[in-house]
Amino acid sequence: MSESKEAIQQIKAQETGGADRQSRATDAMCVNESQLDHRWYHNLKYLVTGALFGILFVKAEVISWFRIQEMFRFQSFHMYGIIGSAVIVGIISVAMIKRFNIKTIYGEPIVLAPKKFNKGQIYGGLIFGLGWALTGACPGPLFAQIGTGATVIAVTLLSAIAGTWVYGFFRERLPH
Amino acid sequence: MLDLLTKPWPWYIAGPLIGLTVPALLIMGNKSFGISSSLRHVCAACLPSGIPFFQYNWKKEAWNLFFVFGIFIGGLIAGHYLISPDPIEISPVLAAELAGYGITDFSNLVPVEIANWDTLFTLKGFILMIAGGFLVGFGTRYAGGCTSGHAIMGLSNLQVPSLIATICFMIGGIVMANFILPHILSL
Repeated sequence: MSESKEAIQQIKAQETGGADRQSRATDAMCVNESQLDHRWYHNLKYLVTGALFGILFVKAEVISWFRIQEMFRFQSFHMYGIIGSAVIVGIISVAMIKRFNIKTIYGEPIVLAPKKFNKGQIYGGLIFGLGWALTGACPGPLFAQIGTGATVIAVTLLSAIAGTWVYGFFRERLPH
Repeated sequence: MLDLLTKPWPWYIAGPLIGLTVPALLIMGNKSFGISSSLRHVCAACLPSGIPFFQYNWKKEAWNLFFVFGIFIGGLIAGHYLISPDPIEISPVLAAELAGYGITDFSNLVPVEIANWDTLFTLKGFILMIAGGFLVGFGTRYAGGCTSGHAIMGLSNLQVPSLIATICFMIGGIVMANFILPHILSL
């Protein structure tokens, strides 16, 4: 794509981005904060990152139902070590990005939007916790488990999509 | 070398690598790390049904669908080429307890004796896989994120709401695993 075409798309995105960005950021942590619009194949780098991440999930046994049971029963340090060290590396990385004003590979400033508290984080958090101990998987591991050949977990994934849809349907009537 | 790759990786290798996903996605294109939103994008793309919560330009978040499809591919690669020949590690206390419920096969990352196509429509299988999945999808969206979005991305950015959400994930999980799940596994 030519420079000027990308610039026009950037302006378009800024004009329409406001309301849509807000809508996309509702009840979500992971949001595309970029103002740029790229052709679809730019997304392939996320597929590669995801694949490396999936391999990591399997090899570290993060997707193991048994590891999750051990964690919730305080029978092993493994999962606490993984989440704890991941958070420490994440905190250092985000602090460095802010401190040194690190930009994206496209030269955009990195945006990290603060999140507001609402009661959904408590009610939803408890509900997810119950489901996490049942399935032994949070959403990421579901995808990886199916990949390793546990095809029946595709039903669990479909059920999770249904749960998301039902939440969207009742959202306005739920306490937040 | 291949031996190193096929053995399970210790937490102090895997944890920091998972943490590096946060800056990697930010630097690649201003993407905040998270996974459960992909489920919402599927709803928005396939079955928006006029629900306001699903009315947004999901194509702008297509990166997230590429990312989770990548996780599936990663599972495929690791499951076929890097799988460890040994049974998975499990705490002896848990192994003894699970044996009481007839779970003795530790050859797979999922408990194959209770999570398979034949048990799917038994009461136990229905609760574990279908009801469990529903709670995961409903709860993560209600909470506004999952382990990736809140516990890793949110905590990395020192967000108090994410800390509250993470604590609630743990409370829900501890209650289920210790007080409710034993009854379900006894079914």
